[in-house]
Amino acid sequence: MSVARLLKPVVTGLGLLGLALTSAQAVEIQKVTSPGGIEAWLVEDHTVPLVAMNFAFKGGATQDPEGKQGLTRLLAATLDEGAGDLTSEEFQARLEEQSISLSFDTGKDYFYGTLRTLTATRDEAFDLTALALTQPRFDAAPVDRMKTQFLTGIRRSKQDPQDIASELLYKSLLGEHPYTWQTEGTEESMAALTADDLRAQFKRVIGRDTLMIGVVGDIDAETLASALDKTFGALPATSQLDAVASLEFTPGETVTGLLDVPQTQIFFALPGITREDPDYQAAYVMNHILGGGSFTSWLYEEVREKRGLTYGIGTSLAPYDAGGMLVGSVATRADRAGETVEVIREQLRRMAEEGPSEEELVSAKKYLTGSYALRFDTSAKIAAQLVALQNSKLGIDYFDRRNGEIEAVTLDDVKRVAKRLLGASAPTFAAVGPEASVEAVRKAASGG
Amino acid sequence: MQPASSRTRFLPGPRRTRYGLLAALVCSTLLVPAPLMAAGAAPTANPAAAAEVEADVFAPNLSHFTLTNGMEVVVIPDHRAPVVTHMVWYKVGSADEPEGQSGVAHFLEHLMFKGTTAHPDGEFSKTVAELGGEENAFTTTDYTAYFQRVAKEHLPLMMAFEADRMENLILTDEVVKPERDVVLEERRMRVDSEPSSRLREALTSILFVNHPYGSPVIGWQSEIEALNEDSAIAFYDRFYTPNNAVLVIAGDVEADEVKALAEETYGKVARRAEPGARVRPAEPPLAGERRISMADPRVTQETVSYSYLVPSDATGTDGEPEALELLAYILGGGPTSRLHKAGVLEQRIATAAGAYYQSGSLDMGQFGFYAAPTPGHDLDEMEKLIRAELARVLKDGVSEEEVAKATKSMIAEAVFAQDSQQALARIFGSALTTGKTVEDVQTWPQRMKKVTPEQVQAVARKYLSGDPVVGLLTRPKPEDTAAATAPEKQG
Repeated sequence: MSVARLLKPVVTGLGLLGLALTSAQAVEIQKVTSPGGIEAWLVEDHTVPLVAMNFAFKGGATQDPEGKQGLTRLLAATLDEGAGDLTSEEFQARLEEQSISLSFDTGKDYFYGTLRTLTATRDEAFDLTALALTQPRFDAAPVDRMKTQFLTGIRRSKQDPQDIASELLYKSLLGEHPYTWQTEGTEESMAALTADDLRAQFKRVIGRDTLMIGVVGDIDAETLASALDKTFGALPATSQLDAVASLEFTPGETVTGLLDVPQTQIFFALPGITREDPDYQAAYVMNHILGGGSFTSWLYEEVREKRGLTYGIGTSLAPYDAGGMLVGSVATRADRAGETVEVIREQLRRMAEEGPSEEELVSAKKYLTGSYALRFDTSAKIAAQLVALQNSKLGIDYFDRRNGEIEAVTLDDVKRVAKRLLGASAPTFAAVGPEASVEAVRKAASGG
Repeated sequence: MQPASSRTRFLPGPRRTRYGLLAALVCSTLLVPAPLMAAGAAPTANPAAAAEVEADVFAPNLSHFTLTNGMEVVVIPDHRAPVVTHMVWYKVGSADEPEGQSGVAHFLEHLMFKGTTAHPDGEFSKTVAELGGEENAFTTTDYTAYFQRVAKEHLPLMMAFEADRMENLILTDEVVKPERDVVLEERRMRVDSEPSSRLREALTSILFVNHPYGSPVIGWQSEIEALNEDSAIAFYDRFYTPNNAVLVIAGDVEADEVKALAEETYGKVARRAEPGARVRPAEPPLAGERRISMADPRVTQETVSYSYLVPSDATGTDGEPEALELLAYILGGGPTSRLHKAGVLEQRIATAAGAYYQSGSLDMGQFGFYAAPTPGHDLDEMEKLIRAELARVLKDGVSEEEVAKATKSMIAEAVFAQDSQQALARIFGSALTTGKTVEDVQTWPQRMKKVTPEQVQAVARKYLSGDPVVGLLTRPKPEDTAAATAPEKQG
């Protein structure tokens, strides 16, 4: 694909014609398959002497066994804390001496790894990654240390208006689905986790069958091919994942929590749309106009610019594997929380019933197509995009197709998807703040 | 790794950072010191030229020139993607505000998006959005900067708009009043809602008792409430002028084309003012210990911090800033730092412990320590931990090996930073608005490599031997909590 191509459809229309696009270098994605059959997407670029590799396994926090919530998150935190003959301290010292950065993290659906290395230490970087992925130690000291840090974080989140509100929101909207679990688990579940639990979860989640790899930087296809076998060749062929139930929604409730803070945190959510849905791009454009993207959205204009009710408000699509949601967030002055909710409801109604103008649609499409290239201006960002694209199974040509798909969205598409997403049910509201403010939110959310 | 500081939320995080308030942001937690200042202190290589870690001069293909009206220009070519970062930096921040008008620098930054005579009603932002660009702005104690990231062909238009709002801003009550409410909400969100931020604000005000760094960048609430169109425009007319600004452009451009464009746009803006030398009230040496302790029921992790005033990159001489950088790294920078090893790994009494050096200010810098206890341990032990490691450096110094390792790591970090044209633009923009030169940044690796273990010990002895200003973030004692949650019980 060519990033340069992405920029061409943009027309300034403002009287000042830009420079010709002459010196832009194309960024090509190569599909590299190792002798051992491991596939990676590569963007080769020798400008800076570094290599960025991102990879993902399917199976994030949704794979925590019942009662062991937080296990996958703890696994991510301890996988780089000692492997093979190297203790935690030795492993970290080796990374630091070689200026290699290796880390793991987990989301709801995926388990992520990130590697950054200078060209000079590339081989050692792949070796250390392989060691962490095949012979992690899970020694007692680092496991306890990480558990202590997570427990501190869990206790802190009990005092955090955003964390409290998000938990209320999802329990109300999604019932008992694993997506409602905090990835750190609860104090009880985290405290009870053991090294044996980690070993068992490691076996279940880490497998070549769900592995997706994106590499960017100072490495050619041939070198990468052999590095892939060296790094990932010894992993188990298959993971052992539990199926995750599809989301079932019960929208429309208002849930509240009390906290003595100067602002009221409000979240709102509705059933959304998954990545495979044919209306996904239309929904993406609609969300941009409603509350996404740039500083021009309806909610930004109405809640912040006209009324000064908040520093920030926005909405986004959350297309998880088991179902999608549309989620909005705002922190507002407590004494005007009710008014904030009234304005939000009015904008949701307006989008569902009236939809945007043709002019707003054109502007949104210009932004969304024009800004796509900004996702590709650092190695780290490109590597993350390569993995995300593979996870969502959109194909290696998606980068070339994507702006065309946005351009093809019509006003009817946007209105149809707005009605479908925003018109079918009332949103769930969650509010955390002083008592009078959350009561005002309750009243405003129920139309009173 | 530090899982507690990188919690992923199920929800998308706060979405907007528009008009980001960098200084407040970086000071908002005791445990995560100053990312921007750290970046500013670690200049980095230019992608096209720095072929290896050992490069002695960063960004050798950078161009630097001055327009006839006094505006400085820096161009950093990076041809990897057809994208440019366009930034205008003004040499003015909260420390340049008139007495009693704290927050006006940041308030003006917000108002700069409202419109000009030729482009009213937020037309600039609407245009950036239509072109698929990103934009934002930020204010610190020493500078205010505006930027857009766009496809390279839109650069001329961005320059035309930005030059226009350097002299033609128009403000009305209709836009000023709601924006003041927005800023008050920003203050509630960033400061009032976070116990650690409230402590940091109070601590800074006793760390600097005479110098304006003691006032928060966002402003004191009562003074924000009193700001208006007139105070914003007076500040604008005094400081927003080409001879007080630096243009930084990084990305898929060449110096010649930028020069021509800059002359056509910024070059036509007349000098509007002569802001003069940036002389702020000095901070006097003070006798006695200063400690501030704040208890809040929402605190779940108690922390202690030690702060010292030290030279900055701009005010320091004879390699002292470089020696302080190495000292901070060895004591508390990396995963194998002395404080982390002692407190977190060996004694296992701390969940986090470290040190940092904020070197990027125009006037004095700060050297700080922080530590947070594991359950069952307390802040007294954290203070002992910090004091013990500090005493060890004062007495025995640091080894040749530690200095070599730290230098190598810090220079490697700089090579990683060059992956981002934005990072490069920020490094040069912040340097040039805080009393440094392009050459200072470019020769940073050479200076780092010259630092000896003796110099590291010497700066520790010279600047960290006295009393620190101590900040303690605590939970209320159990009896206070009982009183607070059960007010009906009469004592």
